[in-house]
Amino acid sequence: MTPQSLDLTGIGKGFGADDVLKTIDLSVRPGEFLSLVGMSGCGKSTLLRIIAGLERPDRGQVSIGGTDVTETDPSDRNLAMVFQSYALYPHMSVRQNIATPLRMRRLSLGARMPLIGRMMSSANALQEIEASVMQAAETLQIAHLLDRKPAQLSGGQRQRVALARALVRSPAAFLMDEPLSNLDAKLRAHMRDELAALHRRLGATFIYVTHDQVEAMTMSDRIALMSEGRIEQLGTPDELYGQPATLTVARFIGTPSINLLPVEIGAEGVVRLFGQDLPIAAPVRHAGPATLGLRAEDLTITSEGLPLRVFRTEMHGADRFVHGHLLADETQHLTLRLSAGEQLAADADGIIHISFAAGRAHLFGADEARIATSLTERAAA
Amino acid sequence: MARLRALLPNIILASGAFVVLLPFYWMFLTSIRSPAEIFDVSLWPIPKVFDAGENYARAANQVPMARFMLNGVIVCLGILIVQVLTAVPAAYALAKLKFPGRKLLLTLVIAALCVPIQALALPLFVGLAKLELLNSYFAMMAPFFLSVFAIFLFHQSFRSYPDEIIEAARMDGFSEMEICWGLVLRGSLPSLAAFSVFSVVAHWNDLYWPMIVVTDINLAPPPLGMLFFSDVESGANYGALMAGAAIITAPMLVCFLLARRHFIAGITMTGVK
Repeated sequence: MTPQSLDLTGIGKGFGADDVLKTIDLSVRPGEFLSLVGMSGCGKSTLLRIIAGLERPDRGQVSIGGTDVTETDPSDRNLAMVFQSYALYPHMSVRQNIATPLRMRRLSLGARMPLIGRMMSSANALQEIEASVMQAAETLQIAHLLDRKPAQLSGGQRQRVALARALVRSPAAFLMDEPLSNLDAKLRAHMRDELAALHRRLGATFIYVTHDQVEAMTMSDRIALMSEGRIEQLGTPDELYGQPATLTVARFIGTPSINLLPVEIGAEGVVRLFGQDLPIAAPVRHAGPATLGLRAEDLTITSEGLPLRVFRTEMHGADRFVHGHLLADETQHLTLRLSAGEQLAADADGIIHISFAAGRAHLFGADEARIATSLTERAAA
Repeated sequence: MARLRALLPNIILASGAFVVLLPFYWMFLTSIRSPAEIFDVSLWPIPKVFDAGENYARAANQVPMARFMLNGVIVCLGILIVQVLTAVPAAYALAKLKFPGRKLLLTLVIAALCVPIQALALPLFVGLAKLELLNSYFAMMAPFFLSVFAIFLFHQSFRSYPDEIIEAARMDGFSEMEICWGLVLRGSLPSLAAFSVFSVVAHWNDLYWPMIVVTDINLAPPPLGMLFFSDVESGANYGALMAGAAIITAPMLVCFLLARRHFIAGITMTGVK
């Protein structure tokens, strides 16, 4: 099966009075790894379930490969889904679990019945299914587990069985609902690599739901960041990190979280931080209060600049995070990322001075949307 | 004092068991005693005159005991099969499908648990009489075909079945009936065992309804048969009567012992998890 595109147009869904999804438009390209990421309750799982056909949208259209499937049953959409709890059939062996999607498609109802089924199914069809099962099992290195029951497997092994069950039928697209969230940290990192490798090898369309921005950043071709039933930004991991479209995106993406400081855009377009002019300018129509976003790695220690009282440093191996309060406003908490070798030149009171390259600052208006800035000639006072 | 406290629960449970088991013991004792000893209040297990052979032979030969047993099997199995066939899909729908009015229907099911069969006896009897169905196996079975108790029991058990497995099955192409019977019921076999024991024991031992709708001795299930038996004997031969009672109780005991583990798992797991 060649990878298929997937298009959502004007999808809306409400439960009771709340709108869980507000008019979602999204196009997934064939063979793309697209992540839906957001806080819990942002509607990402509901959106995935609408794509799968497990939930019906109140409005809008779902199409796969250009065909409208909004009214189609889940089983006829030719999609495979990997669930958070893996959802393996508990009474079946691993072999039967992986074979089930094929048996349901290729065998008649009579042939699927216990006992009499053997007589009613053609040996050919059974052999083909067996061969596909073996191939899927070998791809995921679980051939030695085929005769076990799901209860006898570890979390990571169950995960592989769930993946094998999904890929055995060569679906138009893979849907994954937080598939790694039940694994421990080390295994999760490992499975992340494997999933990315699997995607490269199959070249299939993947739609991946997660609340973990690291998973989304490391595996995706594109990320759709969702918040309160809307897509805040759709773009590559680089775009989301480097040019967050809204404050929500800026807050969500990146570890440690982006530093946010209140600034004032003056009538002449100049940006002021604690009364000091910054060497960046914003369009005059945005005059008023705004928020300045600074990534931890964009802050540097200088001899002058904003004084910061350090209250904690965190060692992360290659990096060191430095946490401090601004002397100008003690309620403002900033985090710097230093390489481990870098000196922390704090004075006796634990005060350092920091500055940043103005070109790397992100500016967000009162409506939380990104404001394009330009560098000014004026140097910071 | 501490030892007494540790023993106390056992003493209470043992005395409860004693109260429950005494009638059965008495039944068995009477069934092996000679008529002369019947009114002896001693609980000593060995009778002076061992009359078991005569009592049991009498119980087996005086009335068509095998016929009663067969009737009991037909009625109990008929009821059980239809009950399961109707209750399982109903419970699945109430537990796992979303549709308007589900809460109301579930409330009605629970409310229906409170209606005793006696309240319905008259309309049912009149209905069966008008249809000229009295004195048939159908008349003995029909009122019990729809068991709200079964719906409730299966609902409680199905509710805990993981939704994601059902959704995976829908994506794999299982029909709702295949999901219901092949996956969900399969995950609740202890409940099925528990319900089967409840249902079979209740209807095997039921005297009330067969007595109302059946007058033909050839259709009588065991308890009604025992009644005919005691009429024949005009209540004089308690030993043989108790031998008959022991014979009809035995299958239920065996049935319970076989399903015991599932039965206990079934009634303990239907609670809140």
